[in-house]
Amino acid sequence: MKKLSEFFIGEIGYVKKVYGENRIKRRLFDMGITPGTQIFLRKKAPLGDPLEITLRGYELTLRKTEAECIEMEDKA
Amino acid sequence: MRKFALVGNPNSGKTTLFNSLTGSTAHVGNWPGVTVDKKVGVYKKASEQVEIVDLPGIYSLSPYTSEEVISRNYILDEKPECVINIVDVTNLERNLYLTTQIMEIDVPVVVALNMMDMLERQGDKIDEKQLEKRLGVPVIKISAFKSEGLDELMDRAIEFSKNDRKGVSVLEGGELEHLIGDVRIALEGQGVDNSLFHAVKLVENDEIEMQMHPQTVKMVDDFKKTFDSEVFGSDIDALVADARYKHISKYYSPLLVRSNKGIKFSKSDKADRVLTNKWVGIPIFLVILFGIFHLTFSENFLWLGSIFNLPTIESLNLPDTFWTSLLACVYDGVIYSPGVILFNLMELLTSTLFEYLGGLIESLGASSWVIGLFNDGIFAGLGGILSFIPQIVFLLLLISILEDSGYMARVAFILDKLFRKFGVSGRAFIPMIMGFGCSVPAMINTRTLADDREKIMTLRVIPFFTCGAKVPILVAVAGAIVSACGFGNADIITYSMYVLGLAVAVISIILMRSTTQKGEIAPFIMELPAYHAPSFKNLMIHMWDKAKHYIEKAFTIILFSTILIWFLSNFGWDWKMCEIDSSILASIGKFMQPIFTPLGFGSQLGTYGWVFVVAAITGLIAKENVIATFATLAGCIGATLIATEDGAFEVAEIIRYIASDINVSAYSLWPAMISFIVFNMTTIPCFASVATARGELKKGTAKWTILFWVLTSYMTSTIVYLVLSWWWTSFIVIGIAILSAICIKIHNKRAKVK
Repeated sequence: MKKLSEFFIGEIGYVKKVYGENRIKRRLFDMGITPGTQIFLRKKAPLGDPLEITLRGYELTLRKTEAECIEMEDKA
Repeated sequence: MRKFALVGNPNSGKTTLFNSLTGSTAHVGNWPGVTVDKKVGVYKKASEQVEIVDLPGIYSLSPYTSEEVISRNYILDEKPECVINIVDVTNLERNLYLTTQIMEIDVPVVVALNMMDMLERQGDKIDEKQLEKRLGVPVIKISAFKSEGLDELMDRAIEFSKNDRKGVSVLEGGELEHLIGDVRIALEGQGVDNSLFHAVKLVENDEIEMQMHPQTVKMVDDFKKTFDSEVFGSDIDALVADARYKHISKYYSPLLVRSNKGIKFSKSDKADRVLTNKWVGIPIFLVILFGIFHLTFSENFLWLGSIFNLPTIESLNLPDTFWTSLLACVYDGVIYSPGVILFNLMELLTSTLFEYLGGLIESLGASSWVIGLFNDGIFAGLGGILSFIPQIVFLLLLISILEDSGYMARVAFILDKLFRKFGVSGRAFIPMIMGFGCSVPAMINTRTLADDREKIMTLRVIPFFTCGAKVPILVAVAGAIVSACGFGNADIITYSMYVLGLAVAVISIILMRSTTQKGEIAPFIMELPAYHAPSFKNLMIHMWDKAKHYIEKAFTIILFSTILIWFLSNFGWDWKMCEIDSSILASIGKFMQPIFTPLGFGSQLGTYGWVFVVAAITGLIAKENVIATFATLAGCIGATLIATEDGAFEVAEIIRYIASDINVSAYSLWPAMISFIVFNMTTIPCFASVATARGELKKGTAKWTILFWVLTSYMTSTIVYLVLSWWWTSFIVIGIAILSAICIKIHNKRAKVK
């Protein structure tokens, strides 16, 4: 099982499942992180956290702790 | 009048559309969450006038922050005749996610596909006719920025709003159809409006909805026990969100044809690679921040004067003409920064104007008190503040460029990890840095913070970010310290005061986090908008939006208080004109004076020390008053007590006067003057900010917040005064700080064990 927080910069993957506390999960869904979505880890902030990802054609930033809630897989 | 609401994702161009439709000048930025309260305007170009309401941007109708609640409640409770859903076509899927939710409400909806110009520039195309057919509501292509397609949008919206519309859901036909249907029937039985919308939200476990319809929650829960989806288990909210996005990807996304597929690197990405670079990202940020203050406040621009060893104006022996004084605004052995040049020019203008007006009043043969009221009261006070307006507006312009370009959101991204160490998320940075402009919009912006504790803490420390109105205090008193006390360098004093403000903010947040505001740090899930060059029009709107606040204040509350102060300082309790030291103001100041003794500007300053007390008190109305008060009081003292000393700052005159009065060297007063600056910077902000804070905070929190400001300013100024006067007291201060830190730690540990 691989989490988004374990991705390296430039890696592409697909969302398998989203875990976590209700409000955070809700927010991640609203922002478009639903199963099957392609995610590209674009960059990490200068201090190593948060992360910047590209999904559904836009840029989103989230922390490693939030990325830990996102389980990824290689294929959709 | 018909009432239309503008609803859409943050940063989708709603406010730009609002401005274009209503001709209004609402403030537009390039980071999510610029509109944090609803704005109302009127569209006049159609056959009938339409009231347009601009709502805060939201991603979903399941409210996550308080601004999202504002938008949701407005649509449900105020029942606008039509909802104009603005969709950023360059970010179609996520924007349509909100659309699928709005469509569930029984209200006419019109979709405005915004940023068509950007889409076309990328060479992409969208089949809006087909989208209209599939959505079942009118879809109109527009560019809010270029004002294209707006008339068509409004015509169709007016037409469409004439009929009712029943909500539809993309969930119909899915696994949840029966559950939603059952809940809907139950809600209709209870006489609930918008039953489809409420039914879906209930099924999604929406917190607000569950409180509103407690009886129906049980029904949903019973169903969920029997429900088991292959992928989601019993996770119904995941299923709903997924169903929406699936529907969008299947039916709507294919209508957008992109010219190049895959992940592309635009100009914005290239800029971003440098600006948020691992190594240079933070240094660049610091340079930009320093650059802003250097451009605005430096009296030695780019250190050119020191590098080339330029001659002063005096040594050039120029004739004393208007042109020489104009040159002196720009140059005097050093080249002034643009901000300082603006200040000098405005000062030249106001002083020339007021001198002329003063002469005019005298030549008309007005009585002495009228001349005094105008010259020492109104003109001195207004001149003091008006001179600063161009410089403050210039600072606001620079901050606006950061906001409009999209860099501000990146700064939050860069700083999040650092901010988390102190106890807030990087998101809190945006309202904080706005505090350098003005506390009022900064405090309103704290609504974008999802977490209550974070909001309270951010709001409380906003005044410590020296706002535009406090700049005059800093510049004038720092200048006076240099010219009267002969101590230090005005630039260094100014910069260190800014840094001190930041330090006080950081320490306060850490303290609050470990005492009254304990808890987890709020999540940081934020959109990063594409960079774009700020448009001139938007910058001007933006700047004017902030600047008009100052100008309004200058001619209303400040004008009023300068007249009041002049009156109180020229009249005694017997309502007769008198010498200043027996005036009403003096007696109030003298009464309060001992309170400020530990801070260095209390009883030890002798007979005239009350001047500082009064200035600080008038600052509670508006910070601009502090310098206006000094100007008025110096005018009064100068007229009656000291020989005019031309060229010196009013504050410097007061310092010199007090020093000679209590028989000490003016130099020895510098710690007290620094302490005075610190007090004004950290104490209760202006009247307008306090009112805003009261509005933003939950009931009962406001009084603690005011107490917090009073205590912080009193303690900080005392510490500054003590340490600057007697260096060894720093050991006592450090000792007390360590001791309190240990006590808090022990207390928290015990509380945890319990």
